Amino acid sequence: MSHLTREAIAVDALLAEVQGPERGGTCVFLGTVRNGPEEGGVTGIEYSAYDAMAEAEIERMLAEARDRWPDARVTLRHRLGMIPAGEASIGIAAAAPHREEAFAACRYVIEEVKKRLPVWKKEMRVDGTTTWVDPSGKPVAGGLRDR
Amino acid sequence: MANVTVRFFARYAELAGCESAAVAVSSSATVQDVLERVRETVPGAQALPARPLTALNLRQVKLDARVRDGDEVALLPPLSGG
Repeated sequence: MSHLTREAIAVDALLAEVQGPERGGTCVFLGTVRNGPEEGGVTGIEYSAYDAMAEAEIERMLAEARDRWPDARVTLRHRLGMIPAGEASIGIAAAAPHREEAFAACRYVIEEVKKRLPVWKKEMRVDGTTTWVDPSGKPVAGGLRDR
Repeated sequence: MANVTVRFFARYAELAGCESAAVAVSSSATVQDVLERVRETVPGAQALPARPLTALNLRQVKLDARVRDGDEVALLPPLSGG
């Protein structure tokens, strides 16, 4: 199953992959394209990826989560392509017998995504300009903004 | 000799002016050697940072990782998934 999609993220599908009667706690994280006061008119973000490596990294992250929380079930979907502000770019669902493991597994996966997933985003602005997002904030050629 | 495929992504693809290149390096070469060969053969690659994040066959590696014939090296801009 691919963890990358160009369609809207369906939370129901994520829940169906992890929920079960023996798992009493379910945690869902959605990352959404933001246009807040700091963004300055972001209309959407174009997401691209090194698809084969991203799939491999996601498999590794989910395997690590399974090792750490053997009774939990965790799944992930990352959307690629143009995503309008207000729509989700990533969805993670974790279910476990108790809420502590569900929260912990969900948190683990999103933090690893931020560190390891070969995905890039280019912000589209209302004035027609585009900017590659660099979480490191390093000034480099090509017009990056600190994030 | 080792023939290695080099892939560029996102802003690095824009700088390099292409999404992939094939380079030949010595059989004892490292990712660093591949990077230097890329700078010599791909004009836009000279604008890449000195020590970019790199992957070898779908895993992040350091620049001193050894490459073999048929390997795929990827030059990764700062990651911003999620």
